[in-house]
Amino acid sequence: MSESAHKEPSQLRQKQMIADHFARLARAKQDGKKVVYTFVPGNLTELFHAFGVLPVYPEINALQSGMRQKSGAYIAEAEKLGHSEDVCTYVKCDIGMLKSGNIGPTGEPLPEPDLLVLSYTGCFTFMKWFELLKEEYDCPVVMLHVPYQGDGRITDSMRRYVVDQLRTELIPALESITGTRYDEARLQEALALSARAEDDLVAVLESAKHRPSPIDAYFGGVYYIGPIFTAFRGTQAAVDYYRDLRAEVEDRIAKGLGPVTPDGVLTEEKYRLVVEGPPNWTSFREFWKMFYDEGAVVVASTYTKVGGVYDNGFRHDPERPLETLADYCHGCYTNLNLPTRVEMLARYVRDYDADGLLINSVKSCNSFSAGQLLILREVEKRTGKAATFIETDLVDPRYFSAANVKNRIESYLQMVDQKRRAA
Amino acid sequence: MNVALGIDLGSTTTKAVMLDEDERVLGRGITNSRSNYDLAAQIARDEAFVGARFELLRRELNDDAFCKRLEARFRRRQHLSQLARLRETAMRETESERVARIATPLRERLERIFDDMETDAHRRLVAPKGSDFFRDLANSAFSAAATRYADRDVTFEDLMSVFDKAIIQVENTRLDLTFESNIRAALADCGGDDAQARAVDRVVATELNVIGTIGTGYGRQRLPFPKDSIRSEILCHGLGAHHMFPRTATVLDIGGQDTKAIQVDKNGIVTSFQMNDRCAAGCGRYLGYIADEMSMGVHELGPMAMQSTRRVKITSTCTVFAGAELRDRLTMGQRREDILAGLHRAIILRAMALLARSGGIDEEFTFTGGVANNEAAVSALRELVRENYGERTINISPSSIYTGALGAALFALRDARNRRAAA
Repeated sequence: MSESAHKEPSQLRQKQMIADHFARLARAKQDGKKVVYTFVPGNLTELFHAFGVLPVYPEINALQSGMRQKSGAYIAEAEKLGHSEDVCTYVKCDIGMLKSGNIGPTGEPLPEPDLLVLSYTGCFTFMKWFELLKEEYDCPVVMLHVPYQGDGRITDSMRRYVVDQLRTELIPALESITGTRYDEARLQEALALSARAEDDLVAVLESAKHRPSPIDAYFGGVYYIGPIFTAFRGTQAAVDYYRDLRAEVEDRIAKGLGPVTPDGVLTEEKYRLVVEGPPNWTSFREFWKMFYDEGAVVVASTYTKVGGVYDNGFRHDPERPLETLADYCHGCYTNLNLPTRVEMLARYVRDYDADGLLINSVKSCNSFSAGQLLILREVEKRTGKAATFIETDLVDPRYFSAANVKNRIESYLQMVDQKRRAA
Repeated sequence: MNVALGIDLGSTTTKAVMLDEDERVLGRGITNSRSNYDLAAQIARDEAFVGARFELLRRELNDDAFCKRLEARFRRRQHLSQLARLRETAMRETESERVARIATPLRERLERIFDDMETDAHRRLVAPKGSDFFRDLANSAFSAAATRYADRDVTFEDLMSVFDKAIIQVENTRLDLTFESNIRAALADCGGDDAQARAVDRVVATELNVIGTIGTGYGRQRLPFPKDSIRSEILCHGLGAHHMFPRTATVLDIGGQDTKAIQVDKNGIVTSFQMNDRCAAGCGRYLGYIADEMSMGVHELGPMAMQSTRRVKITSTCTVFAGAELRDRLTMGQRREDILAGLHRAIILRAMALLARSGGIDEEFTFTGGVANNEAAVSALRELVRENYGERTINISPSSIYTGALGAALFALRDARNRRAAA
């Protein structure tokens, strides 16, 4: 994003939080800190905090590289190494970054991992990704297998299965790399902080039920989830951030203001949309502009639930420390079956009084994209609202065809408009 | 009289349709889009005005045979004006330093070529042909004559190079080819009587008052229209197809750059659509590329494919791959007819996938866009529709290329009515 973009105070603050985290990572080795590489969906950040370990999230690095226009070169680098065009572009961006000196998105070097924690919630490519990283680093790997919610619910045996893995595999591995004993009280403290931040996050996301919505729950939403989906869940910094963010949003509601876009506050909310699928990162601002230029506000999105679904009532519970972590892993959006995803989207369309559903399907992501057309038809049927389908990619700049995407978005909004007039 | 205009700025051709207040088509215009969208839109618009005045004349005179003769004379006048401009421009090109060495013999040969082209003009205009565009007609006539007059002093390439430079300039100037300026001379050419002359005068005097214009198509953002006068081509194709065939439920449009599968309700309002992504594989442009590869005109492909006795299976609709596959097959000794039949089927297979994604093919099914004029594509479509959906009514209008412009004109008319009702 260019410097001229309008930013909310919370956004500036978050930028600082993230910069601080990367600075801590750059200093990790000299500070004697241990480093874990792990993924966002199903991350166990509170447990890492309990051991004083710093987490690195490769897919966050990839999306940051995308937003900073660096992913194209990294992907080319990975393709030179033989990764085909069809491989997940997050993976290729990460491998390319690694092969180009492992300089993180803020320009500082990333430390090598002391442990790879693979919790492959919903995405099977994660497993292959860490297989590649394992070749690069001389460190142990713990694989946390989280059962898919095939039947749309978490059973006791599923929960026990994950808790057992935490107890017998992950905790011992963390004890071994840090030389510290597992301290449940520290974990509980972190979990209590998580729950407080989660309350405020839900209030922020649900503020979009207002008319006009004070937030964009997709393009703005990715900023709102930033801290809690990454290194900050379970910290006082996150509690402070979300408390202030919530106040900021409530202030906008009180003043009747719309969302802040890079070109200023949106003055007229013409369309309210629900969006499924991640955004395109390489043309993030251009993509967003296609929405706000038409007065389209995203009032709910599923992407802002990939690192935890909290609006269904789930909160981290310090009273059941390991069980709650297991429930969290099971409950991430990527781990939900199709009927649950359909139900969630249909509910969003209704609860947020949306004009319809837009699916941004990601070319190089099979796990997430499979079944999206079926989702689209089903949500259309259940809500009676128009839905549409666009295709872009996560971080491969070659895969974003602006004219094509704009054409579809405009056609869709005009279709919504026509339907309204006919009604 | 009040009229409404729709302009469809396609990637290959630009179309205009003029409607009267009863939603009846008054005139149509088409031109190649070149790289100058503004000019292409003006020329298509001018042509629609010409068409409209001829329609008014037909309504006045009720004499089809005479009108046809008069229009042929009128077209010849238009063609000769363009040819005169081309000659003038070509002659100016001979003054260039670049051809100083051969200037005199070059001028002498050009004079002969243009003399021949003028003599041939009539035959050329009535001959059955694939293209109405001056560029194409002039190109084939010029190159045929150039073959006759080229020799060692002035080569074929010398002559064609002058033509290429001149045609671009002629194409990018707007000549006065209007009804008003040329009709009286055309009337004199075919010896019209007094009553006919009076009718012509009345038509010339009829004011065509444009109460609304809507732009659509690939290049619509380039039109110098306010935002509310731009409509997505998806909506326009839906409404245009509905106007042509009121029972239309599903529309397939294969244009130069895009393929669209559209579902419409009983009022012609779009309820769902799918289109190809950034890659123009399997669109009209693909056929253009294949035609170039085979040194044929794009309009010759369909008839040749229809001669096939044993269709070759083509696996790729990627334009570049198909080019390679085409050369492969030719080297292996397969017949051009059979390869072309396979290529047409490949295009339609891709369209079938989009149709399936948009919700399938309902009764009735309307096929629009430039590719709907290709008999081999139509034949492949009929076959695949039957195989996949059983018997369906397939509508193809001879003026299907104007569907988008027609829809745009309908929107223009309706908007004008709404404005009037609101006033």
